[in-house]
Amino acid sequence: MLASLAKIFPPDRFLASAAGTAPFECDGLTAFHARPLAVVMPETREEVVAAVKWCWENRVPFVARGSGTSLSGGSVPVAGGIVIALNRMNRILRLDPVQRIAVVEPGAINTAVSQAAARHRLYYAPDPSSQTICTIGGNVAFNAGGAHCLKYGMTSNHVIGLTVVLPDGEVAELGGESLESVGPDLTGVYVGNEGLFGVAVEITLRLLPMPETYRTLLAAYDRLEAAGDAVGKVVAAGFLPGAMEIMDRLAIEAAEAAVHPGYPRDATAILIVELEGEKAGVDVEFARLNEVIRGTGAHDIRIARDNDERLLFWKGRKSAFSAVGRLSPDYIVQDGVVPRGKLGEALREIERMGRERGIRVANVFHAGDGNLHPLILYDGRQHGALEAAESLAGDILRLCLRLGGSITGEHGVGLEKRAFMAEMFAPADLAVMQRLRRALDPRALSNPGKMFPDGSAPALTAHGMHPLEKAGVISRE
Amino acid sequence: MSASPQAPTLQPRTIDEVVAAVRETPRLLPFGGGTKPALSLAPPGCASLGLCGLSGILEYDPGEYTFTALAGTRLSEVAAALAANGQYLPFDPPFADAGATLGGAVGAGLSGAARQRYGGVRDFILGVRFVTGAGELARAGGKVVKNAAGFDLPKLFAGSLGRLGVIVEVSFKVFPRPPRTATLRAVFPDLGPALGALVRVNQAAFDVEALDLEAPGVLWVRLGGSADTFTERMERLARLTGGVTTVLTEGSDQAAWERLQLRLLPPGSTALLVKVPVTAMAIPELDRLLGQAGADRRYGAGGNVAWITWPGTAAELDRFLRTQRLAGLVIQGAAGTPLLGATRGDNFRNRVKAALDPEGRFPGYH
Repeated sequence: MLASLAKIFPPDRFLASAAGTAPFECDGLTAFHARPLAVVMPETREEVVAAVKWCWENRVPFVARGSGTSLSGGSVPVAGGIVIALNRMNRILRLDPVQRIAVVEPGAINTAVSQAAARHRLYYAPDPSSQTICTIGGNVAFNAGGAHCLKYGMTSNHVIGLTVVLPDGEVAELGGESLESVGPDLTGVYVGNEGLFGVAVEITLRLLPMPETYRTLLAAYDRLEAAGDAVGKVVAAGFLPGAMEIMDRLAIEAAEAAVHPGYPRDATAILIVELEGEKAGVDVEFARLNEVIRGTGAHDIRIARDNDERLLFWKGRKSAFSAVGRLSPDYIVQDGVVPRGKLGEALREIERMGRERGIRVANVFHAGDGNLHPLILYDGRQHGALEAAESLAGDILRLCLRLGGSITGEHGVGLEKRAFMAEMFAPADLAVMQRLRRALDPRALSNPGKMFPDGSAPALTAHGMHPLEKAGVISRE
Repeated sequence: MSASPQAPTLQPRTIDEVVAAVRETPRLLPFGGGTKPALSLAPPGCASLGLCGLSGILEYDPGEYTFTALAGTRLSEVAAALAANGQYLPFDPPFADAGATLGGAVGAGLSGAARQRYGGVRDFILGVRFVTGAGELARAGGKVVKNAAGFDLPKLFAGSLGRLGVIVEVSFKVFPRPPRTATLRAVFPDLGPALGALVRVNQAAFDVEALDLEAPGVLWVRLGGSADTFTERMERLARLTGGVTTVLTEGSDQAAWERLQLRLLPPGSTALLVKVPVTAMAIPELDRLLGQAGADRRYGAGGNVAWITWPGTAAELDRFLRTQRLAGLVIQGAAGTPLLGATRGDNFRNRVKAALDPEGRFPGYH
């Protein structure tokens, strides 16, 4: 059967040996792996269509994949299925500064778009922490987020047009080049489909003008909860910061050890708030922000004097996850969301649960939009440690739901959280989603086993960092 | 205020009644305040389902920047509740003063001038509760500002025109309203330089609240923020735009944007009021042809939408849009179906429609 697929691709872009497929057996969620039948590496839309049609006709499941940085196991292969690796389709096809759009192939790297747009003083706003390696196609499939979602939204708010190959090989053109549209928002429902609606082969992104100025402050607190409450006060005062991030003591210590950002040493929690926009407006707002922060019980407030210091504040934040990873052989990152007003309560509960179970939990998160990222530390070599960590992770998700939030803010459901879909949604909700999925993929061949608890479950294995993470190329957050 | 297009046969007051109405009625079309006549008029043989009885804000915590309300809640009621807390609907739905509802704003997929700053209705909808054509009550999305669980059906319902399901409840993200606004009017001799100025403003690092172009040559740029920043910012903005500029503040700023709001055509008009998504590059040729056709037009959302008053028939407009490879939505006037021209993704949309409305209980798109 594979022979007919091998005819579509030259030998260097068709991998079926154990050595060839090994790098594709897992993604950023390293606890899961599966061995695909073969990996194909298309270079054109026509080759994607041919590969998808081959899968359709032979009833073989497939997983389209970019750089494999998914933290929810979204790009883990289906055992015995095909991996369509899109890294070679990485061109920026068009960059139009007048319409402020970039048309890209799915394998284009997130930061490459901003780099290409920089000469027009434009940029692509969504900034997942893996942005130097993750692909736009993966961002589209999982509706990737980042540190700036409250103000600017997620990937779906920046994708305005798509050319997609549906799971039976039919091509559909969704949206266009205008920010406005008529009729149901098909582009909107496609983004975040977790690979279940086929493969996006051309993506039209909107670009934003680079802000004229950034003003950044860092506030230190004696209690984590106080930092959480400060976020509520900033919002209640009518601010719309570009980013608001919190780190707890464990994360601060780890970041200090790793990259020496010079954070206040006695802090139990730090809050970073950044305003951006036109200088005249931001200066006025920033002065007012300082007043508000002074009223939140911070014992140390630092203001970035220049861009170098601003970048130092962010360096510690951006490295925090990999830094925390060094404190422990293994860790699970959770991604639940709570209403901002419940941040303090959520953090207190997470701390209590971790303490009671003797599991260390570090917290680094997008506070502005209530998106928690607790890092649950464990040692996979210890019997039962992974299971205990997963059990705590599950209880944290249930806590998020109980507080009125979501099981995932930006990492997606993937393999990891599919059992929790039934806790967030009622059977009728899931039935409608499944019907939509079946209308687009009647044979359920496109990334089966993700989002919904069906399909074969890949092996849940030991532990270990992603190879790229070990090399310091990516970080999980 | 507006009368419904025809006496609605069904006016449910609870979600259960909506479910029952959908299950018991073979063909129906939901509508809200009836402010967008071409969208709320049920085709022959199809019952109307009025949602105005399903009204009220269910949850609103200003500190969360979110609210949840029943679909028939008037936009004016929402706007008042938000304004009391210094917040607003950043996508600026039209016809709010005329009695438009939240569900109608979502279903129509219309956003107003202020969408320039942060985005349109599809960018602010967080969650939706709806009744499918199969009579199921379902929910998708969430109530928090960030959520990636499940398919993004809330966005799908933006612009769905009541043809995928009956929206009964929606959750939205909202933002703090700029404390003050002021407007720069820049007048140019014709379209070319006005459009050039629009593109420069779009590309610059100005935080612009609204950016509209009245053909042929009047550019309207609204800034928001603290009033003591306006002098400096307006001077910079005027240098960027060129043209003959005037700064409007307070009452004159308000009056300008009230005048620029999307409005229905006067009673007795036989023309069509149409929304057409466009790009700035396409405007010169489009504008020339629209001028030849005797159509009034205005460009909003930084040159991303044309609001057109088309003097001819829907069939003529459909042909015109197809030759321009554009799609349009008829808001007012006689059109068989509201979607005209070269719509995209019809094959994908037909599959979506079949999934959510398997029995064809709601009208089709074409």
